[in-house]
Amino acid sequence: MRLLSIELYKIFKRPRTYISFGIVTATALIFQLAMMSGGREFFKFGMQNITEQFDVQGSIINGYLVAYLILQSLLIQIPLLVALVAGDALAGEANMGTLRLVLTKPITRVQLVMIKFIASSVYTVALIVWLAVVALFLSLLIFGAGDMINLKSETFVMLLKDDVMWRYICAFGFACLAMTTIASLSLFLSAFADNSIGPIISTMGIVVVLTILSNLELPLFDAINPYLFTKHMIGWKGFFDNPVPYAAIGKSALVLVVYTVGFLGGTTFYFNKKDINS
Amino acid sequence: MATIIETRDLSKSFKNVDAVSGLSFSILKGDVYGFLGQNGAGKSTTMRMLLGLIYPNSGQIFINGTEFNNSRRYLLQHIGAIIERPDMYGYLSGWKNLEIFAALSRQQIPAARLHAVLEQVGLKGREKDKVKTYSQGMKQRLGIAIALVHEPDLLILDEPTNGLDPQGIADMRELIVSLSREHGKTVLVSSHLLHEIEQVATRMLVIHKGKKIVEGAVKDLLHPDETLVEVVIMKDATIAGKLAGTQWQQHLQASTDTGLTFKLNSKYIPELSKWLVMNGAGIMEIRTKHSLEDYFLSLTNDEVTKHRTV
Repeated sequence: MRLLSIELYKIFKRPRTYISFGIVTATALIFQLAMMSGGREFFKFGMQNITEQFDVQGSIINGYLVAYLILQSLLIQIPLLVALVAGDALAGEANMGTLRLVLTKPITRVQLVMIKFIASSVYTVALIVWLAVVALFLSLLIFGAGDMINLKSETFVMLLKDDVMWRYICAFGFACLAMTTIASLSLFLSAFADNSIGPIISTMGIVVVLTILSNLELPLFDAINPYLFTKHMIGWKGFFDNPVPYAAIGKSALVLVVYTVGFLGGTTFYFNKKDINS
Repeated sequence: MATIIETRDLSKSFKNVDAVSGLSFSILKGDVYGFLGQNGAGKSTTMRMLLGLIYPNSGQIFINGTEFNNSRRYLLQHIGAIIERPDMYGYLSGWKNLEIFAALSRQQIPAARLHAVLEQVGLKGREKDKVKTYSQGMKQRLGIAIALVHEPDLLILDEPTNGLDPQGIADMRELIVSLSREHGKTVLVSSHLLHEIEQVATRMLVIHKGKKIVEGAVKDLLHPDETLVEVVIMKDATIAGKLAGTQWQQHLQASTDTGLTFKLNSKYIPELSKWLVMNGAGIMEIRTKHSLEDYFLSLTNDEVTKHRTV
């Protein structure tokens, strides 16, 4: 616990840590501002058929819908923000020169990797919680609650006002797991580098390429598609379906856990053998 | 005296370049052991191996008789170290850095000890400032404080005077000597400067291109019984002839019209110079050729391949 509290202190004392929280806040506020000014006209047109045929309780543009839209728009940004800290965990220490000083102290390398991973995960969860605060609770404060319309490509799902909050709680929980996988990937890449830029950019590169692959419905990629972690990272959306596809969500969660354990195992194995020359 | 560090045939190579090759040495408890070598000689690599930062390709390290790899974590509790630059968390204060590294030493260290060690290295009053505002010398002092805070038995200091001003260098020397003499610590200190080692070390090892060149007591290595004495004289072809049959002839190594080279104990230099003056030699200069630099260069010269142990 002592080592973990030291690690968390180091993370949360760095000004750069708060850049992520600032970006999440700014994105949410911009989105909410846009919805306040022009959202009503936009949705009036887009959802005319729905409102004519269904009795929607409360405003269509409510906090639940706005939060959902914000979450969708942050699909790529959040992994980057997670990589900013997790990618820096080992490589940043190597770059600063503090890694060699830390490793002259009586802690094992396995311990250090585990502490870095747990601390990165705590940061990830804190970021997701903050995202929940600014995207969901602030949107609810501004736009109020109401029935949520989840627009899909060809259909839509209507969720009653009292049936939404638990879905968000589950979705944020799932997002924590997905982003922890990203944190473990960044940490893995961080073990190979002596500078945090490399792991951060590499993490983003991997996420972007695999996301493109996940979305390409080409027969060529059919075989690997079910195993790409990016395919499963968006499993949180399942909580906004009716009925909730628990089996698919469970499978996605399992894949993410396997990837996380794999990345962490790889990090430990490599870092344990690495010569510290930085 | 008991051996605190022993290495046996330690070797490490990086991409087919031998950084350290078959290095064996031992350090006794209470020693200030000088580790001398030019830049790139393999000093830092060896020190990193002693601390478990780098894994040797072959060879063994024993600390207090225990093989290092078997008890790394336990042994590191009793070691304090600075390797190369003392880099710290620049965005945190000196105090916080000290507190963090003290906590990593896995011992309960009271705040009073932190204050004491800051006082000892001369950083009292600046501990609340962020480390990024520190000069290189101050960082070096904080590095020493971090190495000392958990009161280790063994200190491994890699070029500890780097970046220090002359006063800082003198203070560091004094600190190293006092840690050994007054507190019974064993200190392994590296440097590429012979006079630095000469002033603090009791025993020393010279390393060159990863290999041991010489190891022994500093007084034996740097102050041998006989040294080369070069006498520069006014041109006089007869003086060499006058030496025949005198006690000085057996010490004479070389002679020219303007110079004589003797090998003798330096305590005889006044007597020699008196004899030369009495025999009409116009002495221009007398110099001992066994300067530290000459000695170091002669040891690390590529031609010197034979390993010596005193």
